[in-house]
Amino acid sequence: MNTLNPAVAEFETSIADVDRADVRVDVRNLNFFYGKSQALKNVSIPFAKNKATALIGPSGCGKSTLLRTLNRMYALYPGQRAEGEILLDGENILGSGVDLARLRARVGMVFQKPTPFPMTVYDNVAFGVRLYENLSKAEMDARVEEALTRAALWDEVKDKLKGPGLGLSGGQQQRLCVARGVAVRPEVLLLDEPTSALDPISSARLEETVMQLKADHTIVIVTHNLGQAARVSDYTGFMYLGELVEFGQTDSLFTRPATQKTSDYITGRFG
Amino acid sequence: MTTSVGKIARRRATDIVFKVFCVAVTVVALAALAAILWSLLSQGLGGLNLDVFTRSTPAPGSRGGLANAIVGSILMCLLAMVLALVVGILAGTWLAEYAKGSAYGAVVRFLNDVLLSAPSILVGLFVYEILVAPFHGFSGLAGAVALALLAVPVIVRTTEDVLALQAATLREAGMALGAPYSFVVRQIIWRAARGGLLTGALLAFARISGETAPLLFTALNNQFFSLNLTHPTANLPVVIFNFALSAYDDWRRLAWAGALLIAATVLAVTIVARIVAREQRRS
Repeated sequence: MNTLNPAVAEFETSIADVDRADVRVDVRNLNFFYGKSQALKNVSIPFAKNKATALIGPSGCGKSTLLRTLNRMYALYPGQRAEGEILLDGENILGSGVDLARLRARVGMVFQKPTPFPMTVYDNVAFGVRLYENLSKAEMDARVEEALTRAALWDEVKDKLKGPGLGLSGGQQQRLCVARGVAVRPEVLLLDEPTSALDPISSARLEETVMQLKADHTIVIVTHNLGQAARVSDYTGFMYLGELVEFGQTDSLFTRPATQKTSDYITGRFG
Repeated sequence: MTTSVGKIARRRATDIVFKVFCVAVTVVALAALAAILWSLLSQGLGGLNLDVFTRSTPAPGSRGGLANAIVGSILMCLLAMVLALVVGILAGTWLAEYAKGSAYGAVVRFLNDVLLSAPSILVGLFVYEILVAPFHGFSGLAGAVALALLAVPVIVRTTEDVLALQAATLREAGMALGAPYSFVVRQIIWRAARGGLLTGALLAFARISGETAPLLFTALNNQFFSLNLTHPTANLPVVIFNFALSAYDDWRRLAWAGALLIAATVLAVTIVARIVAREQRRS
């Protein structure tokens, strides 16, 4: 035990909570830069297969930045760069030869605000599928129904499939975005504060959806809502000022935080 | 105390004088507009009849209308809009989506703004030099190109503006599904901005539909009905220009009727553009 720095010691034991064989996405020594300012400092974190991992921490701590490295969304913007390794099923996705379109088909993302495309509900869900697969009409119908069912939206929209996606309520729009993401059958699903723009009832429904999606997907969810992190996630990482302060099983992190910083944050003393 | 009371009184007086001045200037501007519309309506309505739409421009003193000029104007404007929409939307898209922060983009944007306020007679002379003089003949095609050159900068500008208004998260959402950027732009961003793109197109159409100077050097005029744009082509603005300055009362009546037609068209198009823009903002 490193008695001089108990946080580091706890951190090491917590990482061990995740069985190496279950790691689907393994982030190792990740540094991230917006131009000259460093947003992530030597972050290492495993994301376990078919589990939900929550990323919590005050605004600007780097949790969304970490999320956006996992599908290399940052590559859209010149001046943003990542150093280190992110292994997806053993392959480093930060490598230069990575096909970004294929990577993003394997790693889906749902954003803070609902972003339905300006087209019908059906076409929203089929949009990503059409990029990769040539399905017959019947196969596509089945895929759309399956995706909407898994996003817990099918019953509400089955009669409005030809209606505009923008005509749905905010909560429905967000679940439509989830359906659109799962329709391409990604291995990993990234959720960036998915309920921050939703009312409490819609948030609760989306949380249920996330719980069900764990069966087939590795989920990473960034949230400001600590209750939400406690409810939906199996593992939680607490970030502060670009560093991963603590990582562990959600239960133990919330009930027995290893560091004072984590304890202060989850008891509402700052953030 | 007394000084501050005096100050407040002075400020109040300045405020009133400024307000009165603003209202007065607005009234003067609107009065000029109302006078134009009034003379258009009072002189033009009398000249409007079925002949205007069914017969071609007459010799002085004989029966006739504006059919050749109306059809020529519609053909040239439509062709000009097709040309201008292709070039304008693609250029505007490039500026908004691919040239952000690039020096070349800034130069193109600046030149487009210059073109936006270029005198239309210069555009007419330019097209005369490249499409009329070398082929030894005026043509409706040259007229359409001249009109397109006037419409392009308007469309480039509005396209860039409305695409820039679309949320970055919408682009990211498309990219997050693994779609290539150009696909996201075409399938999602254009679609999301379609109301604004349509508004830009309508405004450009309104801008070119009354242009006379560029057509004088390109399409010229044609007293006969023709659908052939490789020949000189009749059009409302040039007919109005010729007839309005003539000594014949029947020609002048037709000129008024033609002016009223153009004004009514521009008004209708502008109203449609406003409605479309409002719908877009609401959704």
